[in-house]
Amino acid sequence: MENSPLFKSGHTACAGCGQAIAARMVVEAAGPNTIIANNTGCLEVFTTKFPETAWGVPWIHSLFENSAAVASGVEAALKYLGKKDNINVIAQGGDGSTADIGLQALSGMLERGHDILYVCYDNEAYMNTGVQRSGLTPFDTNTTTSPAGAQSSGNIRPKKPMPEIALAHGIPYVATASAGFPQDIQRKVKKAISIKGPKYIQIHVPCPLGWRHESNQMIPVAKLAVDCGLYPLFEYENGVLIAQKKITPKPVEEYLKSQGRFKHLLNNPEEIKKIQAIADNNIMKYNLKAQA
Amino acid sequence: MKEFLEGSHAIAEVIRSCKPGVISAYPITPQTHIVEDLAQMVSDGSLKSQFVNVESEHSAASVVLGGSATGVRVYTATSSQGLFYMQEVIFNIAGMRLPVVMTCANRAISAPINIWNDQQDSISLRDAGWFQIYAENNQEAVDFHLIGYRLAEDKRVMLPVMVCMDGFILTHGMEAVDMPEQEKVNKFLPDYDPLYKLDPVKPISMGLLADPDYYMETRFAIQETMKESIGYLADISQEFNSAFGRDYKDLLVEEYQLKDAEKVIVAMGSVCGTIKEAVDELRSKGKKVGLLRIITYRPFPYARVCEALKNVTKVAVLDKAVSLGAYAPIAVEVKAAFYGKKKGPKMVSSFVAGLGGRDITLETIHEIFRRLSTKEVNSDFVDLKPELLKEEYGE
Repeated sequence: MENSPLFKSGHTACAGCGQAIAARMVVEAAGPNTIIANNTGCLEVFTTKFPETAWGVPWIHSLFENSAAVASGVEAALKYLGKKDNINVIAQGGDGSTADIGLQALSGMLERGHDILYVCYDNEAYMNTGVQRSGLTPFDTNTTTSPAGAQSSGNIRPKKPMPEIALAHGIPYVATASAGFPQDIQRKVKKAISIKGPKYIQIHVPCPLGWRHESNQMIPVAKLAVDCGLYPLFEYENGVLIAQKKITPKPVEEYLKSQGRFKHLLNNPEEIKKIQAIADNNIMKYNLKAQA
Repeated sequence: MKEFLEGSHAIAEVIRSCKPGVISAYPITPQTHIVEDLAQMVSDGSLKSQFVNVESEHSAASVVLGGSATGVRVYTATSSQGLFYMQEVIFNIAGMRLPVVMTCANRAISAPINIWNDQQDSISLRDAGWFQIYAENNQEAVDFHLIGYRLAEDKRVMLPVMVCMDGFILTHGMEAVDMPEQEKVNKFLPDYDPLYKLDPVKPISMGLLADPDYYMETRFAIQETMKESIGYLADISQEFNSAFGRDYKDLLVEEYQLKDAEKVIVAMGSVCGTIKEAVDELRSKGKKVGLLRIITYRPFPYARVCEALKNVTKVAVLDKAVSLGAYAPIAVEVKAAFYGKKKGPKMVSSFVAGLGGRDITLETIHEIFRRLSTKEVNSDFVDLKPELLKEEYGE
């Protein structure tokens, strides 16, 4: 890929980092007239170690959980200055800072109706601190705080339904996306910023280190998550499901065996059955199955 | 023009005259009247500002952080638990050198929950890198906000300011206040002209990660600015005096009847009104007593304290907060101020009073002066109720 003026090369992300690819897609789609507020996390750390920055747009990091509130202040200030119509405001963070510690600030931002796009980069655990489970860690995932053992097959709960939580705020646009489909990310970001009000996009971003797959497998792993139904891609406008990525569902086992974090499940058909049920439910709920 | 106003209303009026572009707050007693009045002003159109109602104090502080970083003057107000909930943002705002101004309506800290006044909330955040300026009355509370914005936005300073006013006693008290006229305010406080801001025309990154090679210098820079600001405060208060016809010396301390005083109380905030009355009474009986009022607690005016108390024999420090397990907060500073100095008081006794809204009466003050004739004490709680300390309450 060519160097990007808005998300410059030379940052310190791991090879094959899904979040780095997705973040670049997001800022390039939004364009230079954008201000970003970023939660603490991998993205913040690997892009802005003083005295360097990867960002070619105005960018601010305050704390772990408050990018939605900081962005609310940015947006309010732009309104006061009469500049809001020309500038996009994006708040972004990882899954932990979005669904756990920052959920309250995000809910406030969505409820208040700010003209802000919130982007959650979902790599399904606290990767920056060493792969601890978050509210968006999938069922049965082996993490450092939900380790698989003789008495446990990993994380005991399914993913918190963040897109549904965002939708429940009655906001005009909610979508999921995946680092496996970069152009789809850009299309959704462009659409989101064309709509006034609060928007929520959640992007599935593989983490080779935390998920334990080869760096060059980032895109295939991301695609497999979508293709098996565990990470459905959809768009809601004004509360109505308007589009979903149709799939010819692959068995979840194919996705699970691509990563070390699920290795403990491979000889455990009972657990795999439970995970298949989660995928099947998604396939039904979002009508994912392609017509034969 | 003098008006008879509730403290909170007077603060809302002066904030309106400062024209903040973004206001954000979350309700907590006794701060609420201030932000209710501001919300009404925005609703009526007499204040052109974005009033952002948030879901918590953490977000209130974060919203004003974001607004300030975008180059706009901002305001928030809180109290007690609200201030504590803001704490990490409070430190963050100072570290990012953003000139936020806030009012702390001083209130006790839970548990037990208590909505009444002491100064434990702001004092507990003394290390945050904010100026802390304590008002004795509502006139000062009004003036200190104007001075606060000037100080915070001074390009030599660029640090946040917390104006502290005792909850209920000042926020809900009615006093005659000379409200600054808008024209004079405009002159004294020009529009905020940020050094740097979030703007696509000139993109910058704010809030970067500083590793051990860089972090320490950022803290040093704030420490140096705080020290230098002692002088700026004096200059700004002189300018304020000539603009508004007031008589503030330097906004660091107030010396009351100190000239030949032998026994002096050091205190902070509205209780100083009561102490002045006691001093007047005792002076009329020929007793050589006085008051040293701390106005600016951060940065702490060590040199001014030493100068003011160098010929005093006995000092009593009255704290409306406590550092549990240690010396009381203001007492620590006063004692430290004299460490290694040749001249200074023979005795510095420390008293804790008025916690959780326990009245500090004239009799309390007289008792503290009397106690200066006995042995030195540290963090001695005054006006305790012995009947509540009996064993049956402890079981």
